[in-house]
Amino acid sequence: MSDLSRFNPRDLFGNWWDQASAVQRGIFRVIVIAVFYALPLLNNPIIDTPETSFQSVLFYPLIMFSLMAVGLNVVVGKSGILDLGYVAFFAIGAYTHAMLGIKTSLNFYEILPIAMGMAMLAGVILGLPALRLRGDYLAIITLGFGEIVRIIAINTEAIGGSAGLTDIPPPPSILGLKFGSGDPRPYYWLTLTLVILVIWGVLRLSHRKPGRAWEAIRQDEDVAEFMGVSTLKYKLWAFIIGGAVGGAAGAVYASQILSIQPEMFNLNLSIMILACVVFGGMGNIWGVILGAVLLGYLPEKLRFLSDYRIVFFGLLMVVMMNLRPNGLLPRKKREIVGEKK
Amino acid sequence: MDFSIIVSDFAALTLDGLVVGAIYALVALGYTLVYGVLRLINFAHSEVFMLGTMSAVAVTSLLGFTGYEDPLPTFRFFAIFLLIAFTASIVSGSVAVLLEIVAYRRLRNRGASRLSSLISAIGASFFLTEVARIATDSKNLDFPRMLDKNSVFQISTAYFTADKLLVLGGAIVIFFALNRMINHTKLGLGIRAVSQDERTAVLMGVNVNQVISYTFLIGGILAGLGSAFYMVFYETTKSNVGFLVGISAFTAAVLGGIGNIKGALLGSFVLGLFQQYTAAVLGYNWRDVVTFVVLVLVLLVKPTGLLGETLQKARV
Repeated sequence: MSDLSRFNPRDLFGNWWDQASAVQRGIFRVIVIAVFYALPLLNNPIIDTPETSFQSVLFYPLIMFSLMAVGLNVVVGKSGILDLGYVAFFAIGAYTHAMLGIKTSLNFYEILPIAMGMAMLAGVILGLPALRLRGDYLAIITLGFGEIVRIIAINTEAIGGSAGLTDIPPPPSILGLKFGSGDPRPYYWLTLTLVILVIWGVLRLSHRKPGRAWEAIRQDEDVAEFMGVSTLKYKLWAFIIGGAVGGAAGAVYASQILSIQPEMFNLNLSIMILACVVFGGMGNIWGVILGAVLLGYLPEKLRFLSDYRIVFFGLLMVVMMNLRPNGLLPRKKREIVGEKK
Repeated sequence: MDFSIIVSDFAALTLDGLVVGAIYALVALGYTLVYGVLRLINFAHSEVFMLGTMSAVAVTSLLGFTGYEDPLPTFRFFAIFLLIAFTASIVSGSVAVLLEIVAYRRLRNRGASRLSSLISAIGASFFLTEVARIATDSKNLDFPRMLDKNSVFQISTAYFTADKLLVLGGAIVIFFALNRMINHTKLGLGIRAVSQDERTAVLMGVNVNQVISYTFLIGGILAGLGSAFYMVFYETTKSNVGFLVGISAFTAAVLGGIGNIKGALLGSFVLGLFQQYTAAVLGYNWRDVVTFVVLVLVLLVKPTGLLGETLQKARV
């Protein structure tokens, strides 16, 4: 049992990766990326999901969860801020795209930066006061923020009230991909591209000053501050970067389902994304993606259990956390040392 | 925006606020006690409450109430209410203890991060909610009206009905009993010791695992009693009731200063009153928005809640 809980696939693969030449690494990267792009073209009965089309499962929840989990990982995994209201950014992105798409002639690619900007702005408005607090106080405030955004959306008739918004325009065609024809594949490819860009950006940041500052803050905020890390500044950056990714995810989501209701953006989604992050392995981007893929995929695969799938799913979360408290693919050992109890 | 309603209905709103606050307090105490000893949010506590309400309904249907009979005579009602409260607290208490063993204990003994425990608790919460949802077929369960809800007496616009008096009176008795238990028994001493410093408590010979189990038991029993009061007052429940009550109760605990028993009481009553007033002025829809805005403002001024953290400080 203890072997199982300590085993980290990263140790096996990490050695190979460290010794690999630049060419080998490059080839490996290309293969992995190609496999992911090719996923919707496969028609494999083993990975296929019963009752729901595998291609739409690939878009939502799989790749959508991955994008949000990678964004939330910057907040929760990298800098240790417990955010229980991540869905708020998702909602803000979705509503920004919906409102601008319906009311103006801007297209998806022009709205996407605006949606991210709106989410970042919300991150600043909430983060500046709230990030001075710590731990569970911050958790309840972020949770409250998620609920506030949803309730405001329900109660404001100007943005559709509880009925939500319909007739949201899909993105215009690009590179021969046609959006909005009910085929989820172009959206999958679009989101996958976003995921790769975000991963690239986050990895860049992790190896540089912000990454080191986040790591210091996560391990011990007081010590970090004594060492001259401007904790509020870096926490705020983590918060708004995470927010921007959530906003982008929301915009893509709105452009795919074409009509949104406030009830889609409930606490359960925040919890689900947080579960992806912790389940996969907080702070480790590959672990987080594995978590998102598994937690998105399993409930669909378990459809044969019909009503009982969430029961089974909840049980699985308890068992898995007990077996591997640091997640499926934890961060490197030296990074775990400082993990506070 | 009609502020005059607060003035004209002040007494009625205040009474309802206190009743709702008393119910929140019973749930909030569970969050606060567990936070005191473990320093973590017991996310599944709301489901402990939910199962309490379900068992209350189960008892009435086992006793053969269908909801259409005449109100019971006072004495018989009390006997039956005590039976309901007793069953609900047994069910909630044992669920809470089981939860600790299944979802927390192993993780705690391995020194896992608090987030791992949180996810484990979330899994347990999903599990319990879904089991209850499937068992009740997503329907509302109604609690028979066994009590004459006509006004007993009246102060200004506030009608003191029997159920409100029962909730307030019962809650006061429970708070005094809890206070006495925490401050004057050996178990209470153990709980305070563990929440102050777990390691030193071990060195002083406190059986920490046992104290933690008892803390969950007490929290569960309080939630069970709260669920019995909730059912008498609201008379209906559903598998998602835990979430709705739990989020308010948890907010109340944070508002007062989580880990602090008196803080949980103060926070619950403040929140209960506040929700009634804002619901009256702005409408029920905006109630939760204002609640959270106030919470943010309070925490900005007093970052550890109204009365500050830790069980220890609340001893007085």
